[in-house]
Amino acid sequence: MADTHLDRDVLSALQEVMEDEYPMLLDTFLADSAERLVLLHKAEDAALLMNTAHSFKGSSSNMGAVRLAELCHELEQRAKNKNLSGIEKLLGEIDGEFAIVRPLYEAERQRSSPTEATVRRF
Amino acid sequence: MPLEPLMILIAEDSAADRMLLSSIVRRQGHEVLTAANGAEAVEAFRQQRPQLVLMDAMMPVMDGFEAARQIKALAGETLVPIIFLTSLTESEALARCLEAGGDDFLAKPYNQVILAAKIKAMDRLRRLQATVLEQRDQIARHHDYLLNEQRVAKAVFDKVAHSGCLNAPNIRYLQSPYALFNGDLLLAAFTPAGDMHVLLGDFTGHGLPAAVGAMPLAEVFYGMTAKGYGLSETLREMNAKLKRILPVDMFCCATLLCLSFQRRSVEVWNGGMPDGYLHNIASGERTPLTARHLPLGVLSPQTFDDRTEVFPMAVGDRVFLLSDGVIDTCDAKEQLFGVERLQQVFAANRQPDRLFEEIEQALQDFRGEARDDVSMVEVSLLEAAQLIPPPLVYSDSGQSCPLDWSVNFEFRAATLKRFNPLPYLLQLLLEVHGLRAQSGALYSVLAELYSNALEHGVLGLDSSLKRDASGFTRYYQQRNARLDELQDGYVRVHLQVAPKDGGGCLTIRVEDSGKGFDVERVMARPVDGIRLSGRGVSLIRQLSRNASWSDEGRSARVEFFWEALA
Repeated sequence: MADTHLDRDVLSALQEVMEDEYPMLLDTFLADSAERLVLLHKAEDAALLMNTAHSFKGSSSNMGAVRLAELCHELEQRAKNKNLSGIEKLLGEIDGEFAIVRPLYEAERQRSSPTEATVRRF
Repeated sequence: MPLEPLMILIAEDSAADRMLLSSIVRRQGHEVLTAANGAEAVEAFRQQRPQLVLMDAMMPVMDGFEAARQIKALAGETLVPIIFLTSLTESEALARCLEAGGDDFLAKPYNQVILAAKIKAMDRLRRLQATVLEQRDQIARHHDYLLNEQRVAKAVFDKVAHSGCLNAPNIRYLQSPYALFNGDLLLAAFTPAGDMHVLLGDFTGHGLPAAVGAMPLAEVFYGMTAKGYGLSETLREMNAKLKRILPVDMFCCATLLCLSFQRRSVEVWNGGMPDGYLHNIASGERTPLTARHLPLGVLSPQTFDDRTEVFPMAVGDRVFLLSDGVIDTCDAKEQLFGVERLQQVFAANRQPDRLFEEIEQALQDFRGEARDDVSMVEVSLLEAAQLIPPPLVYSDSGQSCPLDWSVNFEFRAATLKRFNPLPYLLQLLLEVHGLRAQSGALYSVLAELYSNALEHGVLGLDSSLKRDASGFTRYYQQRNARLDELQDGYVRVHLQVAPKDGGGCLTIRVEDSGKGFDVERVMARPVDGIRLSGRGVSLIRQLSRNASWSDEGRSARVEFFWEALA
């Protein structure tokens, strides 16, 4: 399936690198991203907005969330140029994109090892 | 060759990125430390000293730039490569990474192959730097070691070199403190008769090899000078010793002087050194003392030529010797300073005491900088009374001092040609404690009696030749020539020691096979000792007691007395 949201090749490479820790990587990314979204909404100055968007862009690109990385890049650029009018709309798009990829990652996590993760907890 | 595992610090605030990168790096066989911000990264580095750092640029608490600066400062000279992890694309931001001490970049999303290649490349760089540092330290250690060796060698040698009389008031010299390691050597010592021997030498080569020959040479110089040997015997021994111990390509250019304050003359042997100069202060003339021989340590003892030249000197006249460092000084165009420029400095010199400084200045102007391998020495002739040779030191207690004996020697032609009996005779006489206090006078008188017997008696040389400077030179040329041709003749020495009133008396009688001289005419001259000729007789009469000549001047007799010792 040609996916504009997720790069499947990146995911399979990640799984190969991480082996058993692949599900944990996915969990970590999702938890991290949720935190970053909160930060983006709370950011009161352009610099914090820019830095957070920059980091979010980096990890999204590492995780194959292609569209999310693009949106973060746009946000970073606009924060950098202090071009903040209509920024709420862009933040909304980022929320929306994360809402799309989140279930995809969760499905991926289930697929890769439904039991492994529970075993690991102990 | 598999890469040696490294300890790699990953500083990255994004937990997912950190986890991913850790896995990639671990899979490549390395050990991983992690930090979630710059401050943690600096602390982790301080505690564990990882060999390489992967550093996110944007981090909370302390950003990657500041952390990189602090880590580089902590690492000091050791190269700890820092690879910035960044999705930064602006050249300005990338430049900041480099300014902060970053060595490379890795863009997000991470590419395993590129990361592995970069770690490998940085590791190579790191090892190269470590090798360079190690070798630099090794060179520094060797250098210190070498300097220390030189310090020790110099300290030992200085003890030997300064055991002589370089500090005598009539000697001025200029030498680099490390001249020894340029192969330059300067020695001076008094003979028992109060003459002064001076040697300026220049060994081939540089460094320790150039210095090793100096020890044995100095030993021979001091030992033989103290025992009363003349230049010829000392030269023969030095040449033979150096020939024996030095490798073929090593030898020593040298000028050896014997300054006689009593006879007012200088005897010179120059083997391979630049011309020295005898400066006649009254006329302003400078007579070159040219090399007439090969350096010491080249010829076999059989072929070595110990022939010396003798020049008259007046009080205040100076002998100037220099090393080849002076005339071989090059300017920027590889031109040599040369003898002519040296003579221009001589000609321009107004105050004799400023000559060294003027030569140094001329060399510096010529070359553009000072050099440290220039040796110069200047020895002036003083009144004999102005110089007091240091007292000789004896090691025996005196309990076995011989007090009642006599001995006769006869030295015949073949011996007179090549053997100087004076040191032996003097050593024998100095077994008598009472004579030691007058060893200088004793030696001078003995030497004078012997050379009169040999030169005027056996060789029949006319002392009036020595009345002027050119005759002086001719006299010594004739002396050498006649000695070479000598077939028969003898010098007899009779010594008699007898106890007297708690002290004692030494009688010396010297006889020769020559024609004798008009004793009454010579005795009629005033005892002054200023003229060049006939000084020997005056000297003998001043320094000994009851000097008398018999058998038409063929037999001389003198006495020395000493009181009871305290």
